[in-house]
Amino acid sequence: MTKILVEAVRKRFGDLEVLRGIDLSVDAGEVICIIGPSGSGKSTLLRCVNQLERVTAGRVVVDDIVMSDPKCDLNAARQHLGMVFQGFNLFSHLTVRRNLTLAPMDVKKLPQADAEALAVELLTRVGLVDKIDAYPRQLSGGQKQRVAIARALAMQPDVMLFDEPTSALDPEMVGEVLTVMRQLAADGMTMLVVTHEMGFAREVADRVIFMDDGVIVEQGRPSEIFGNPKEPRTQDFLRRVSQAG
Amino acid sequence: MDFGATIQGSWQLLLQGLWATVLVSVLAIGAGIVVGFVLCLMILSKFRVLRALAGVYVWVIRGTPMLVQAFIVYFGVPQLVRLIVPGFTISTFVAGGITLTVNASAYLSEIFRSGINAVDPGQVEAARSLGLSGSRTMARIILPQAVRITIPSLVNQFIITIKDSSLLSVIGMAELVNKARVYVGATYNYFATYILVAVLYLAVISVLMVVSRRVERRLNRDKDSR
Ligand SMILES: Nc1ncnc2c1ncn2[C@@H]1O[C@H](COP(=O)(O)OP(=O)(O)O)[C@@H](O)[C@H]1O
Ligand SMILES: [Mg+2]
Repeated sequence: MTKILVEAVRKRFGDLEVLRGIDLSVDAGEVICIIGPSGSGKSTLLRCVNQLERVTAGRVVVDDIVMSDPKCDLNAARQHLGMVFQGFNLFSHLTVRRNLTLAPMDVKKLPQADAEALAVELLTRVGLVDKIDAYPRQLSGGQKQRVAIARALAMQPDVMLFDEPTSALDPEMVGEVLTVMRQLAADGMTMLVVTHEMGFAREVADRVIFMDDGVIVEQGRPSEIFGNPKEPRTQDFLRRVSQAG
Repeated sequence: MDFGATIQGSWQLLLQGLWATVLVSVLAIGAGIVVGFVLCLMILSKFRVLRALAGVYVWVIRGTPMLVQAFIVYFGVPQLVRLIVPGFTISTFVAGGITLTVNASAYLSEIFRSGINAVDPGQVEAARSLGLSGSRTMARIILPQAVRITIPSLVNQFIITIKDSSLLSVIGMAELVNKARVYVGATYNYFATYILVAVLYLAVISVLMVVSRRVERRLNRDKDSR
């Protein structure tokens, strides 16, 4: 079953065309990792899926909802899509508890007791239930990102978008976040993950997409992309990444 | 030079004046917050006309002396209104209050705007990605954070408004400086009287500073990294 459909999507910022015709279809339960050099349009693609950026041309369909339609009720549609940002973006004036209960209560009109029970359950899942009354500033980077994942899950989305979730973390905290994401993938969540963690992509992804300069250059099973990349640009990128790592 | 005698002779007058000063300033800052917030929303709105209207208002008020504004409000506008309503006048208190409000609102709109702009755009994106509407995001995420950012500038504007209110003595409003001038006119105790006036302003403003520091510390408790 197709969960996300991206058709001929273009996005331009002024004179700069950042996405130059992207086609992508994601099945339910599929885990897709998007890799590629900085500035290639990975974040923009992700942000076009939940329409944080409106597309210049093309269509984005999620669960049969045409997100790119100007008349689409985006606030309703976005409940299906959780998003996790590189910079965490936890609500800094709210406790962890309120970070998790705010949207379910405000958007879904969940009663407070139910929202809090859900918050406790999700925080237990990411191993941070003891931080429920802390403010974001009191958490480490890894803890913040785990809370951010729990916050997105609190809306009970059926797709999760991750934009370089571990790039802002100290190396020793990357593991704890990847563990949570691995668990999520194992539970069958549909995931679109922009990442530089090649180990994670190799191990968890069903499909790896290599983007460069606003287009999808190559995609395939991790073993194909990492073991036997066909396109010179992919080979070049992977060579540089492995040298840097 | 005799402070004892000056205090004894002037305290009733000066306290009356001080009361008027505080009252007009509090009312003006209160009304100025409301007007300034509306202006700020206009400036941030997507409607060009609203943006232009608010922009002109802020431009004119910031670009003209408050003394001239007070003259226009107290003498000029009533003269115009008298063409339609013969005998129309407004009290010095109302004119003073309007002038201070208009003045404070222009500066406050800028303060609010920069407070809102200072909120990390990532906070808005996170809220929108969770399905919060634009207005819910404003109410739940942007404003609570902007308020914290804004408080020091808000208090600063309050202090400026209190000090600016002394200019209203010129249109005859019975605030602190005006009362002091009445007393000095009868007694010629310039030095002691105006020193007393200065001390009274300083006292009121100091109280404000202490209170604001308390409030700030309270609101920023979540920022302590304990
Ligand atoms: N809001 C924006 N306005 C203008 N240019 C942007 C904006 N967002 C991204 N870009 C540009 O689009 C290009 C792709 O950005 P991005 O999608 O963030 O790439 P990636 O995530 O692959 O590093 C970059 O050149 C970036 O400068
Ligand atoms: Mg990016």
